Amino acid sequence: MENAILVSGLHKTFGRTHALNGLDLTVRTGEVHGFLGPNGSGKSTTIRVLLGLLRADSGSARLLGGDPWKDATALHRRLAYVPGDVTLWPNLSGGEVIDLLGRLRGGLNPQRRAELLERFDLDPRKKGRAYSKGNRQKVALVAALASDVELLILDEPTSGLDPLMEEVFRECIAEEKTSGRTVLLSSHILAEVEQLCDRVSIIRNGQTVESGTLTDLRHLTRTSISADLATPLTTIPGVHDLVVDGTRVRFEVDTDRLDDTLKHLTAAGVRSLTSQPPTLEELFMRHYQGAAR
Amino acid sequence: MTGLRHLIRLILRRDRVLLPLWVLILAALPAVYAASFAELTPTDEARELYARTTAGIPSIEAMLGPIYGSSVGALATQRAGLTLLIVALINVLVVIRHTRTEEDAGRRELVAATVVGRHAPLAAALVVAVGADLVLGLLTAAFMGFSSGSLLLGLSLAFAGIVFAAVGAVAAQLTENAGPARGLGLAVLGLAYLIRAAGDATGSGLSWASPLAWGQYTQPFADETWLPLLASFGLAALLAGLAGWLSVRRDVGGGLVPTRLGPAGSTSLTGPFALAWRLQRGLLTGWSVGFLIFGLAFGGAVSGATEAFNGNPELAELFARLGGGVSLTDTFISTLLGIAAIAAAAYGIQAALRMRAEESTMRAEPVLATGTARVPWALGHVVFAVAGPIVALLMIGAGLGLTYGADVGDLGQVPRLIGAALAQAPAAATLTGLTVALFGLLPRLTGVAWGILAICLLLGQIGALLQLSQAVLDLSPFTHTPHLPGGEVTALPLVVLAVVAVVLTAAGLWGFRRRDVGV
Ligand SMILES: Nc1ncnc2c1ncn2[C@@H]1O[C@H](COP(=O)(O)OP(=O)(O)O)[C@@H](O)[C@H]1O
Ligand SMILES: [Mg+2]
Repeated sequence: MENAILVSGLHKTFGRTHALNGLDLTVRTGEVHGFLGPNGSGKSTTIRVLLGLLRADSGSARLLGGDPWKDATALHRRLAYVPGDVTLWPNLSGGEVIDLLGRLRGGLNPQRRAELLERFDLDPRKKGRAYSKGNRQKVALVAALASDVELLILDEPTSGLDPLMEEVFRECIAEEKTSGRTVLLSSHILAEVEQLCDRVSIIRNGQTVESGTLTDLRHLTRTSISADLATPLTTIPGVHDLVVDGTRVRFEVDTDRLDDTLKHLTAAGVRSLTSQPPTLEELFMRHYQGAAR
Repeated sequence: MTGLRHLIRLILRRDRVLLPLWVLILAALPAVYAASFAELTPTDEARELYARTTAGIPSIEAMLGPIYGSSVGALATQRAGLTLLIVALINVLVVIRHTRTEEDAGRRELVAATVVGRHAPLAAALVVAVGADLVLGLLTAAFMGFSSGSLLLGLSLAFAGIVFAAVGAVAAQLTENAGPARGLGLAVLGLAYLIRAAGDATGSGLSWASPLAWGQYTQPFADETWLPLLASFGLAALLAGLAGWLSVRRDVGGGLVPTRLGPAGSTSLTGPFALAWRLQRGLLTGWSVGFLIFGLAFGGAVSGATEAFNGNPELAELFARLGGGVSLTDTFISTLLGIAAIAAAAYGIQAALRMRAEESTMRAEPVLATGTARVPWALGHVVFAVAGPIVALLMIGAGLGLTYGADVGDLGQVPRLIGAALAQAPAAATLTGLTVALFGLLPRLTGVAWGILAICLLLGQIGALLQLSQAVLDLSPFTHTPHLPGGEVTALPLVVLAVVAVVLTAAGLWGFRRRDVGV
């Protein structure tokens, strides 16, 4: 089975809202796939269709070689899901929820469970409401990561986590990748996906607008650079919005031309340099502004 | 109190259908009672006889409250004892709905973050409840034709409502979630009712301990006295103040009774049924214990009635004739079980709606994304929604049988009354079935189940008084339940009701398998 997820031409409407508008998504087995899109673009809806919770109006979806609607229960035993907004039962402790979800998936690894609790710094004895949003997210993450499954479906899993925990999360996903699991990771933050994912799909208004490796997408993104140079430059070829202020320069450069530009800068002697990674928002502003709505 | 006006408008906007509906219907009830008494007992003698022989016996006084005269108004006032109970119940629910439920859903935080005084959300809920109660009181008087009696009756209803609105406000501060808050509020109401019932059955002053009794001790259309209203007002003010005081001494979302730490893991939560048990066991325990206590209490009251007869053979004979051979105790118990059936159905609806709550709070989603299929997940809850009311009915039958049986020295009453109580189960189950059907087929309309139950309650309470046609009365499943104990048992209606319940439940499960989750 080459593709863990294969979705094409998916449509889903809620009343008058077209949540999905012919969406395509291919996730290869063993890869970490970033599923990117601004809020309301249809990420969660796609995931719910893949989980057999929603029935698509048209289009096709395959999950782990099966039909997500018809074979839901059998498929669910082979995957773990972390919803975007985790709500817990007020009268169940976090530890009880972890064990419940793990067992319903067909069992979880107790050692891994203990280790994850430690790493995420989570007290499993608190009850539902005593947890903050981030901690509720951790409960669901521990339950998913401690399960012995082939596929992880994570819907904006880091929303609510602090930077330290985001780092722990990144390490965990990197480990999952080495152990050969497939991960679908939805997010609206480009930088997060960049560090983790082999390939990404970018969606907007329920349609896939780009899909490929991050290198493939380099031509879409611009990095902002500001530098202090030994000898002043007045022109730098191939950059955008250049601002020169004595020896200081500030500009944006297409990410696939970054190398050339840096060579040019080093030739002039670099005293200091800061760069800002491209953001998803910028990317959308530039390439898809005014696209269908 | 900044923002109070906006919050009040928000509540009125959210309840724009429900609020006028219950105010109007409840306000109309006493007038309907009065009209039907005027028709059924047109002469002074007839009413005098009725007051002495039916309204005045201990078991009826326990159920409805004391009787203070034999005028049409006085008879209607006693009958409105149940209206009083419903008004109090609704007030508890309304206040909790607009305070604790809002906090549960996290919407309160949204509001609290805006410019809103700390007391404002609680005050807004109370203002709306008190306002609705006062309108209800005035409308009650208007419907009956303004007089000091009707005004006093209306205000008695209103003030009972106000007291229990304040009870709801306190309950909402004490627990961390709406479920337990409702449980607490209803337990207080149940206790108040039992104290009043026990006091009125024995004719002792015990009733004064219950604020529900104050609503009747005003004696409208008889020795009218406005003093008990003052007591109600004082208690309500005290409780509202307490609720306000408590509300600023806790965090938004938190309760005063802190939640303890739970276990670090679980070996017992093994599947959808185990989960449903955890989510349903509180309801099951609450309703079962409540029903048992009511059974025990009213079983005792029944024997009081029997004693009254033993001392008066003439009366006993009269009743034997009136009841068509059915003894008065049996008639009384069967009436009581009729009310218990409605309550059991309410429990069934409540238990079935847990499924919808699980779905709309997104707690169902992660569970249904595991190896748990939809039907087993739903069945976990359906089992409780069907079997729970049966257990509760069994409890009330056992309770009645025990105290009544012990009193008359015949423990054979226990199985007899359990049987009579269980005969109510099929009718209650049809409402559970209806709720499951709505959940599966029209999930956005699950709340309609409460409306249907309210209609059944009204048909049972005033259908006969309004002399509605049998075809209309037959719409309610409770019309088809045999009048047990004492009445004739025919299996057919019970079987038909059970089949309807099963078909509705199956249709709901079928629909749930096919529909989108989370809509
Ligand atoms: N149950 C629903 N009912 C109505 N509209 C919905 C529902 N779920 C999602 N939508 C709409 O579908 C669109 C896509 O939503 P969603 O998939 O949640 O986006 P994302 O996860 O990318 O933020 C949004 O416009 C949202 O309002
Ligand atoms: Mg989403």
